[in-house]
Amino acid sequence: METLDLARWQFAITTVYHFILVPLTIGLAPLVAGMQTAWVVTKNERWLRLTKFFGKLLLINFALGVATGIVQEFQFGMAWSEYSRFVGDVFGAPLAMEALAAFFVESTFLGLWIFGWDRLSKKVHLACIWLLAIATNLSAFFILAANSWMQHPVGTVYNEATGRAEMESIGAILSNSTLLAAFPHTISAAFLVAGTFVCGIATWWMVRLVRSKKPELVALARDTYRPAVVLGAIVMLVAGVGVGLSGDAQGKLMYQQQPGKMSAAEGLCETEEAAAFSILTVGPWDPTCDDLTRVISVPGLASFLGTGHFSGPESALPGVNDVQRDMEARFGSVDAAGNPISYTPPLGITYWAFRLMIGLAVFSAALALWALWATRKGRLSDNRWLSRLAIVAIPMPFLACSFGWIFTEVGRQPWVVAPNPTGIDQVRLLTEQGVSTAVPAGVVLTSMVVFTLLYAALGVVWYRLIHRYAIEGVPEVHDESPEARAGDDDANRPLSFAY
Amino acid sequence: MDLSILWFVLIAVLWTGYLVLEGFDFGVGMLLSLFPRGTKEEKHAERRVLINTIGPVWDGNEVWLLTAGGATFAAFPEWYATLFSGFYLPLLLILLALIVRVVAFEYRGKIASAVWARRFDVLIQVGSWVPAVLWGVAFANLVRGVLLDADHQYVGGFWALLNPFALLGGLTTLVLFLLHGSLYVALKTDGELRARARTFAARFAVAAVVVAGAWAVWAQVAFSVAWTWAAVAVAALSLVGVVVLNARGREGWAFGLSALAIVSAVVLIFGSMYPDVMPGLDGGPSLSIADASSTDYTLTVMTWVAVILTPVVIAYQTWTYWVFRRRLTTADMPAPAGLTWKKVRDALGGSDTPAVKPSDLA
Repeated sequence: METLDLARWQFAITTVYHFILVPLTIGLAPLVAGMQTAWVVTKNERWLRLTKFFGKLLLINFALGVATGIVQEFQFGMAWSEYSRFVGDVFGAPLAMEALAAFFVESTFLGLWIFGWDRLSKKVHLACIWLLAIATNLSAFFILAANSWMQHPVGTVYNEATGRAEMESIGAILSNSTLLAAFPHTISAAFLVAGTFVCGIATWWMVRLVRSKKPELVALARDTYRPAVVLGAIVMLVAGVGVGLSGDAQGKLMYQQQPGKMSAAEGLCETEEAAAFSILTVGPWDPTCDDLTRVISVPGLASFLGTGHFSGPESALPGVNDVQRDMEARFGSVDAAGNPISYTPPLGITYWAFRLMIGLAVFSAALALWALWATRKGRLSDNRWLSRLAIVAIPMPFLACSFGWIFTEVGRQPWVVAPNPTGIDQVRLLTEQGVSTAVPAGVVLTSMVVFTLLYAALGVVWYRLIHRYAIEGVPEVHDESPEARAGDDDANRPLSFAY
Repeated sequence: MDLSILWFVLIAVLWTGYLVLEGFDFGVGMLLSLFPRGTKEEKHAERRVLINTIGPVWDGNEVWLLTAGGATFAAFPEWYATLFSGFYLPLLLILLALIVRVVAFEYRGKIASAVWARRFDVLIQVGSWVPAVLWGVAFANLVRGVLLDADHQYVGGFWALLNPFALLGGLTTLVLFLLHGSLYVALKTDGELRARARTFAARFAVAAVVVAGAWAVWAQVAFSVAWTWAAVAVAALSLVGVVVLNARGREGWAFGLSALAIVSAVVLIFGSMYPDVMPGLDGGPSLSIADASSTDYTLTVMTWVAVILTPVVIAYQTWTYWVFRRRLTTADMPAPAGLTWKKVRDALGGSDTPAVKPSDLA
């Protein structure tokens, strides 16, 4: 394989891995902050137990998210240096802003939160987790600003003399329509992940304790786990609606900005009015337009989702062949080496990633509805199937997020900076033009293998720790805050927490 | 002032923040094996104290690196591209080291088992020794100059980075960080550990004067300009001051002076590079600040962001050090909070036998 293929694989592996961890952090940090707020306000110890329980799971996850995040920033320069040269004037700014405005806050206040239980007053300590939660979401905003610019470059001019894209308006980049659609979608997806995580674990515990039939354990289920089940389920429902609405808005926008991506997701080859939404289309592993067979589809639905019209001229969706013809007219049909350029993203991956992204959310919806039904009016449930669904549902939104990113990134190919249909034509870059030219393939191969092995090993440790702490259940707690032990002699007391 | 020169200085400031703060993190990490004394249990307890002196702050310290990287990308894309692709393998090693270090800090206490903790202690050390040496190697190469072609691509290869001057640079950061870390331990612990840390600091200070002095003079004579002699002089005086003040038990002042020595080293490095960001080797093609810089507009935006946010960051990070100002000893260590293997096995036993016992509910 060449440097290009290896660099692409490396970026795909490290990014998908990083983004398995990140949504849980983004969604769970505010939920833990909410639990701690409930404790500070109500003084009910159940919320402190839940804060500590889910807080620990958050920390296990956060550590690996941070560790893999460093790789993301360095990789642009290491493996994609020509990309960095072309876009650095524009793309570097949101990354630097993320570090200064968000990541410093996250890392510093994380330390204060972990070690500050007995050092900070209750309110200041609570403020630390809220700052952490807000900063993780702000991080997502800046990273999505950078990514959205690659999907739909705005606020940028092309400089003939330097041959690179240059920033014209930071305001335009931070208010990119692509960003304003992607941010709510990503954040609600993150809350769906975290809601499912909280609801799934708490439901499993509730069922388990109720089945024990020991009165004191049933009481624990009622007092502590049931509120977490309800909280998780409500978050899932709200987030699920948010994911749907924002996804719909994003889909419509994408038909205008990157028609090739959406047509590929539908397996749509020629422009169609009243286009059907494909439930199942089959073809070989790496299909072309000629060997797709539509098996099940819903008439007019794709057009409605893409344009808001079921039929008529307004409902026309462009097919990938039309996109190809249009792109060839604008950007030429051969690359610098004289090879023909395919402007169609890989059909199979795009089609299935899109469907899996949407389809896997079903598990969360089922769990949310069943869990709320099972806990209505103060009830508990001992239903084994509910418990099993709770476990099965937990990984599903994680996978949905990953497929969502695969769809977003693969669907943009062959571009790394996709041309803006209403923008300046020269602000665009083929993926093959972005790779580092000075780095030999063997070097990238080495790093790809090492990252993959290390990530796999760390993934095992991450999973085992999360699994074991989830099985451990809510810990015993006591109020360690300075208020609770007023008059104590500080100097002779061990720390409340240490590594 | 030209904004690109301001950003050259700001990036030097970010690197200074990183090397001063993470410098003692690395130092403490490296000392995990060198420092503790006594029985197995006593050593284990002392290692915990060492790790917890930096526990609340290392994560925030590391962000200085990410900010330096991001700022280089934004302000000098050409530098970022040439440097990161050119130094691919050393950066890969640093990344791997930092990854295992982050995870090891967070995971070592999660299972209350000596074997588990010991494994992660090893990873913390690997994650501290490797970058402590490699940052010095990388920066020394920037002082010495690297082989670039006319398109600003690094063409020197990996082995050329391991020249004697760069290796001595690696040794220099190593001893500076060991010194800095042992002074930090002296400042943050009490009793026997504190006394031992001062003894160690005295030794590392001598090593630092010899090694760092040799490297700085070599750098100054072979690759630098006249005014950076001032930085060399400040570094030398600081290190001598460290020896004196450490001997008198003024750990805070000694620690401040070792930080000043690191600041001087960064001044020497960036002063030697100026007006290039990547000087050419032996007068070959080089990458200048002007070649590498972003447009005025981008730099203006970034300047506003930096001017507003940097003081805020410094303020809350300083506050963190104030919150955790207490000196630590082994007596301050709480019982290990992690799970025991037995508890884990019990929990995994019968699916209908919860780990929670009725007595827990009292």
